[in-house]
Amino acid sequence: MPTRTLTPGTETVERALVIDPGQRVPGRASGFPLRREGPAKLTGAAKYTDDLVFPGAWYGITIRSTEARAKLLAIEPDPDVDWSKVVLATAADIPGDNVVSLIKDDQPLLVPVGGEIRHHAEPVALLAAPDRETLRQLKGRIKLVTEALPPVFDPEESDHVFAQYEVSQGDVAAGFAAADLVLEGEYRVGHQEQLYIENQAMIAVPGEDGGIVIHGSMQCPYYIHKALKRALRLSSVQARVIQEETGGGFGGKEEYPSMLALHASLLALKARRPVRMIYERHEDIAATTKRHPAIVRHRTGVTKDGRLVAQDIEVVMDGGAYCTLTPVVLSRGVLHAGGPYRCPNVRLRGRATRTNTPPNGAFRGFGAPQTEFAAETQLNRIAERLAISPADIRRRNVYRLNDTTPTGQVLRESVAAEEVLEQALGASLYERVRERTARDAAQRRGSGTIPAGTLRTGDDRTATGIGLALAWHGAGFTGSGEVHLASVASVELTADGRLRVLTANTEMGQGTKTVFPQMVAAELGVRVDLVEYAAQDTAEVLDSGPTVASRTVMVVGGLTILAARKLKAEVEARNPGVPFQEAYRDDAQAHGATRIDQQFEPYPGVVFDDETYLGDAYPAYGWAAAVATVEVDLDTAEVQVRDVIAVDDVGKVIHPILCEGQVEGGTLQAVGYATIEEIKLQEGRYLNDRLATYLIPTALDAPHIRSILVEAPYSGAPHGAKGVGELPMDVAAPAVVAAIHDATGVWIHELPATPEKILAALRAPDGGGARRKGAAAA
Amino acid sequence: MPAEPPIDSPRRLFEAYELLAAGSTRPIAGGTDVMVAITGELGPIPERMLDLSRLEELRGISLEQGALLLGARATYTEIRRSTVCREHLPALVEAAATIGAAQIQNRGTIGGNLANASPAGDTLPVLLAADAVILVGGQRGEREIPVADFFLDYRKTALAPDELILQVQVPLPRGRSLRFRKVGTRRAQAISKVVMALAWQDLGSAGWKDVRVALGSVAATPIRARATEAVLEGAGPTPEVADRAAETLAGELQPIDDVRSTAEYRRAVSARILHRLLRDAGGW
Ligand SMILES: Cc1cc2nc3c(=O)[nH]c(=O)nc-3n(C[C@H](O)[C@H](O)[C@H](O)COP(=O)(O)OP(=O)(O)OC[C@H]3O[C@@H](n4cnc5c(N)ncnc54)[C@H](O)[C@@H]3O)c2cc1C
Repeated sequence: MPTRTLTPGTETVERALVIDPGQRVPGRASGFPLRREGPAKLTGAAKYTDDLVFPGAWYGITIRSTEARAKLLAIEPDPDVDWSKVVLATAADIPGDNVVSLIKDDQPLLVPVGGEIRHHAEPVALLAAPDRETLRQLKGRIKLVTEALPPVFDPEESDHVFAQYEVSQGDVAAGFAAADLVLEGEYRVGHQEQLYIENQAMIAVPGEDGGIVIHGSMQCPYYIHKALKRALRLSSVQARVIQEETGGGFGGKEEYPSMLALHASLLALKARRPVRMIYERHEDIAATTKRHPAIVRHRTGVTKDGRLVAQDIEVVMDGGAYCTLTPVVLSRGVLHAGGPYRCPNVRLRGRATRTNTPPNGAFRGFGAPQTEFAAETQLNRIAERLAISPADIRRRNVYRLNDTTPTGQVLRESVAAEEVLEQALGASLYERVRERTARDAAQRRGSGTIPAGTLRTGDDRTATGIGLALAWHGAGFTGSGEVHLASVASVELTADGRLRVLTANTEMGQGTKTVFPQMVAAELGVRVDLVEYAAQDTAEVLDSGPTVASRTVMVVGGLTILAARKLKAEVEARNPGVPFQEAYRDDAQAHGATRIDQQFEPYPGVVFDDETYLGDAYPAYGWAAAVATVEVDLDTAEVQVRDVIAVDDVGKVIHPILCEGQVEGGTLQAVGYATIEEIKLQEGRYLNDRLATYLIPTALDAPHIRSILVEAPYSGAPHGAKGVGELPMDVAAPAVVAAIHDATGVWIHELPATPEKILAALRAPDGGGARRKGAAAA
Repeated sequence: MPAEPPIDSPRRLFEAYELLAAGSTRPIAGGTDVMVAITGELGPIPERMLDLSRLEELRGISLEQGALLLGARATYTEIRRSTVCREHLPALVEAAATIGAAQIQNRGTIGGNLANASPAGDTLPVLLAADAVILVGGQRGEREIPVADFFLDYRKTALAPDELILQVQVPLPRGRSLRFRKVGTRRAQAISKVVMALAWQDLGSAGWKDVRVALGSVAATPIRARATEAVLEGAGPTPEVADRAAETLAGELQPIDDVRSTAEYRRAVSARILHRLLRDAGGW
């Protein structure tokens, strides 16, 4: 059933569309509501922040440090310039606290004179002018007087620890003593850029009341709201945040928008007019957050038949210059570090430290893709050493119902690890293909790879390989996160008889605007097009928490269902014998508006101790398996990922097409992470901070992705959904690396698995330092 | 922040020459390099621009007296669609097909690739291997510059500031073979890590003659690997010769580490793709 109701203001778009109501559209988009914001986006009518016109608005830019670490002694505007025509803002202009409010208060909006510059792209001053030409001319006329300080770039050398965790179960030493094989491995992953299509963008409009209205591209309106109140000393009413159409986020618009909104606001307050701050791509890549680089060290004890008896895992993450969300990223990384496997003796340790590089932050998967790449590659290497199939070693260790995780959590329900594994193996004909690739490799000259050390080519131009990986992803916030958030979502029957869903959860292309009304409509028994989705405007909606952590459908969607349920019950109680869909309009006339504000209540029986890190780390887990097929060019080591079978258990599929879209997008993002996406650094500066040099897969590089959705519902959520956004990001990269190994015989321990690394490993005399690195210790 | 310098669009070559002679103007053909360079972020913005889009003399692809003539404004799309190119210089068609993606191929020109003189310009090894000659012109007259003498240093060419590239002339000796191979980070919109063209004439039992091994992205300019050419000259593509050629090439090249790849990879892969091309030529 195609929906007709769009958000207010887009009526013109609807008329431009040729699809009539009720008409089936080509393709598979039938039976489920079409994307609400889809027509406006498709016709180009959607207004992103940079499309908005505010008469009299000025443009703002940021003056940044160019040093990785220094003391800021003075900011010296060129005395030959007439600065009265523009507005220059520094830390001295900040009315409230000079902090971008997040977990710790360590990051300033602008480095104050006398303060310390901690990374090369750090904001120091802001400049606004009526036109961009003036800004371009003046940008270079502000001198920063600094005194260089010694920078730290290696996270293992840094003595400033943002967070550390240790989780253990059983007796690790005894476990190793009982093991038949002990294998060590060190794995590394680098930065990854979110690369949303729309760059960071904010417009600040000063109000009569001394307040500020923010229009911008964001995931979390209330994070910005909180940051504005704190730094600008505004009341809850004076600070107002409105999300505009947002062209992608992937975690990159979780924390940074607070910084940018504060900058725009500071200029707007000083200029007494709206100020637009729209980043260009270069600045966006150079200055905003990336996925945390990590070093993960494994020591694993197994029995001859491949049962895990001990896991000792150390995770080191590079937080960059400021804390941002690093402690939570690290905690998720550590909690997922062992992989979805039962092991009686486990020690997981993690620490995240400060370096003089731009701060790292949220990115789809949030720490888990880093540690699960390591866990899966380690397990695949163990399987190889024991000559057990990667499928069988997983069958022997995978979590089943009532198994216990490293935090002591008993998996009481919704455990579909085996199911996703078997589905992926079956759909990919995994064992059959593996036999064939093994035969091909045996026939290939030499060891099935390029002859060591030489520049000679072999008979075969390419080699095909198949790789398997399995992953889990804790649903919703870690530990007591949801309890602390105490989100509120609302469903309202307005006095004029309309139905509205009110949450702060944002649409950024993933489908919030479509699935929330869909779920509420289903609960109320009304047509989906009768349910409106209120704007993400802090003046209108309550704080239902951030749009992150794959929590939107699971947690907030659950709240909207509960709210709808209550609304239905109230209306039906007032109108005995009349079903809600027939009663609500008259009920509104007779009784006025009814609004249900549903607050989060802890999931039953879920207990976590933030101090000891023991208990139910997550209410439930999503499970994913991926089988990747790659073709490696044996002359150049170029990798083409041909196919990925992605099987994901999301608890409950609300909207199959949007859900598959998440799986496909996440899988492709993981393929990029596995193969080509790489940030190179020099003295703490990203060398490839442009689209010409930071490369992500194009359509031609995208594999054929087949997604299989599995439903193992979670009983604590009214709909059973566990979230889908991040899960596929955790699993495809190790599958690709396993497939590269299957094709070439070398293990790549560091993402991305570039041709440079693969060829170096192939040409090494012993078939690769990569192989040597993980030599058995016992 | 786009810059908008004033732009002249002459219809006659002599007018263009006059404007060039007056100085401080920058030719723009497809603009796919120029537009990236003139944002003001990467260097000074030119005072004026000289739009070449109305100069008909710079257009067209034709076959004349045993040579393929490509107007400087020939776009990659035109090259890909040209039947004479496809028939007589398929390696250039192959190279054109690897450049950027459709939008870039629709605008980008061969003259622009030459004048821009990036060491990674994908048509340049093909033109080097094919002994192409560049016809340039200005108020002082026209002259021909062999491509082998065109690239002087990193992004420096033999083209004088008051000259335009008019045409690329590619001789088509009978019996010449020409092969192309590009290695990039991804399958479209990728600047080369290594790009190679190999040309030879097969004299049968007398072996190969006029062997050309041309490469991009392994030095400050597109280059010919002369020592490797010497190994192949007069020899045939046997396994022994191919091994020696690959070793020689690896020894001869001095590539660098940069944001796209490593020196080691470039050296090894250059050798290996040459080895592969020789193996294919030898049919072993
Ligand atoms: C997204 C993208 C992808 C790209 N991918 C590739 C790629 O894969 N491979 C590759 O080789 N290149 C690539 N390029 C670079 C570019 O497209 C080519 O170099 C192209 O051939 C330039 O031609 P143009 O006509 O656009 O040149 P322009 O940008 O118009 O000019 C380039 C330079 O040549 C000068 N010039 C142009 N014509 C003449 C003339 N007739 N006489 C004298 N001077 C002249 C100009 O003044 C300027 O200095 C890419 C560029 C972009 C933006």
